[in-house]
Amino acid sequence: MAFDVTSGLTLFDKLWSAHEIVRRDDGEALLFVDRHYVHEGSFHAFDQIARRGAAVAHPELTFGVADHYVPTRGSRATIANPEIARMVRQLDDNTAKHGIRLFGLSDPRQGIVHVVGPEQGLTLPGLLIVCGDSHTSTHGALGAYAFGIGASEVAHVLATQTIWQRKPKRMRVTVDGKLGSGIAAKDMALAIIARIGADGATGHAIEYAGSAVRGLSIEGRLTLCNLSIEAGARLGLVAPDETTFAYLKGRPFAPVGEAFARAVEDWSALRSDDDASFDAEVSLAAADIAPIVTWGTSPEDALPIDGRVPDPAREPNEARAQYLREALDYMGIAPGARLTDIAVDRVFIGSCTNSRIEDLRAAAAVLAGRTSKVAGLVSAGSSLVKQQAEQEGLDAIFRDAGLEWAESGCSMCVGINGDLVASGERCASTTNRNFRGRQGPGARTHLMSPAMVAAAAVTGHLADVRPLLAGRKP
Amino acid sequence: MDKFVRLTAAACPIDIINLNTDQLLPARFLKRPRAEGIGDALLRDLRFDSAGHEVADFPLNRPAWRDAKIIVGARNFGCGSSREAAVYALVDYGIRCVIAPSFGDIFSGNAVQNGLLTAIVTDAEAADISAMLAHAPDLPLTVDLETQTILCGNHTYAFIVDPVRRAKLINGLDDIGLTETYRDRIATFAAEDRIRRPWAIPGGVP
Ligand code: SF4
Repeated sequence: MAFDVTSGLTLFDKLWSAHEIVRRDDGEALLFVDRHYVHEGSFHAFDQIARRGAAVAHPELTFGVADHYVPTRGSRATIANPEIARMVRQLDDNTAKHGIRLFGLSDPRQGIVHVVGPEQGLTLPGLLIVCGDSHTSTHGALGAYAFGIGASEVAHVLATQTIWQRKPKRMRVTVDGKLGSGIAAKDMALAIIARIGADGATGHAIEYAGSAVRGLSIEGRLTLCNLSIEAGARLGLVAPDETTFAYLKGRPFAPVGEAFARAVEDWSALRSDDDASFDAEVSLAAADIAPIVTWGTSPEDALPIDGRVPDPAREPNEARAQYLREALDYMGIAPGARLTDIAVDRVFIGSCTNSRIEDLRAAAAVLAGRTSKVAGLVSAGSSLVKQQAEQEGLDAIFRDAGLEWAESGCSMCVGINGDLVASGERCASTTNRNFRGRQGPGARTHLMSPAMVAAAAVTGHLADVRPLLAGRKP
Repeated sequence: MDKFVRLTAAACPIDIINLNTDQLLPARFLKRPRAEGIGDALLRDLRFDSAGHEVADFPLNRPAWRDAKIIVGARNFGCGSSREAAVYALVDYGIRCVIAPSFGDIFSGNAVQNGLLTAIVTDAEAADISAMLAHAPDLPLTVDLETQTILCGNHTYAFIVDPVRRAKLINGLDDIGLTETYRDRIATFAAEDRIRRPWAIPGGVP
């Protein structure tokens, strides 16, 4: 029996106990790690184990992906910027030295780590997955216990294949009903963050439940779980179901044949028991969720597109008023402005939040036969997604609209490969962080769904995508 | 790792809600090897303007707080990216303790690995301490991890810290060394787990 079947347990409890090696009296437990993903930023951890002279305990459970620093434009064979070339080479060297499989720059399976893991079938239900990246929460969409860790912890996992954790509290976020047309998982996630705040789930493992969550595709669930960290949560989870099993069947690293059937049998126990209780419960009605955009410098600064940004003068709490003033000032938006009056300078479609094939299709559905009023970049989540999009002719739609069709990587989500939003420029973006300077020093970021970014491109300002979809195939 | 037991030092209030790790250490400095030191990049885009000049009224630039070893922050300090280099930047700058009402989970985990204490007080207490410091910038704070108290002038505040993290800081313990003492139990677990969850091994392609 792979997972507990006693009653009263949450999905998270079952995942936790399947990985617990030792629990100390002080409450910390040593957990076994099933998959460890590393990227260029993991160099601090490799340096740490080199200093100790430690070996990698389980290279066969460790996978490298080049994503954060890779160029998305121009030649990838020879990287012009020597610092960036060094970052990519360090990952090549470290993975080669320790016998770790790498999806490097020249591998056709390369892409953003949180896109590649699920796509390759490396991410499976019931696994404990870590990576030195906060958006590791993404992988919970398949029913995996997945969370981001820091460099010292990466070194610890490399050396021991285990990690010390204190059990987080459990929160259930239930979204029931049906999302309106043109409304995506991104809108659901931003609505949740706006409701509970950027630290609303600190110290918690979130399980997403309810008919609207069940109704999401795996791509949608990946977007939803990806943004868990922006609500402060350690991780996000969706119980695996037929949608999950169908997605995984035939993926390169997934079990095959009998082994797959056996796995599905075990995975089917991965759900919260009917009598399970949670430390916190939040519920939303899907029908109430409108297309959402952020206006400020935290993902919690999110509002339905038909709204206005707050006016600090009307805010009774002085600390809050001060926060609003600073956010609006940085964003260059007048107090109380209508969101749809905010003009954008460029758009970006990409990142581990929204760069899967379904995201690209949703944006293309709006852009087809139209022209973007502003410059923009589209970077597919993986080289395989890029290939598929090209087979479907989506690249032509983006190009014809005037957007740039780029190679896969983290790109303009964090800008460390050189894809930057200029200081003072405003970008409608499918990414996950609208922090000050996230897309480059002085850059102004508005987060929204791929379809909403396409709507901003076509109109030149933040806009409701729904009228633009009228009469088009969903 | 450096031990942390008791510290008396200048404390700098930085009253910014959701002060994320992208602010603590902007991404363009992430390429730097640790050996070069990262302290100068701490809060770079808040401490300096785009022309590279110091922002005179940013707290850490004020004469009394330049050499602060303690920061008094606001809600959700260190949220966002898991970059441990944000902690390196604080530590390399000389900060040994951050006091705030709440912290990003990954940030506080990273902090303890580098001997940086994250002390939790209430919103009101953080505001109180910040107000006192604004009034008397030279007032040193004493943070005592053994008694879990902060002494500020003649006020004493209790703070919360995870007991395991507290023990690690006081003893300067290193996790990898500790875990290696469990080597046999890890091996037994892994062997039994292969039978319990055969599908957990990456399959398919060679
Ligand atoms: S796409 Fe952005 S959020 Fe995702 S892993 Fe890359 S840098 Fe991090």
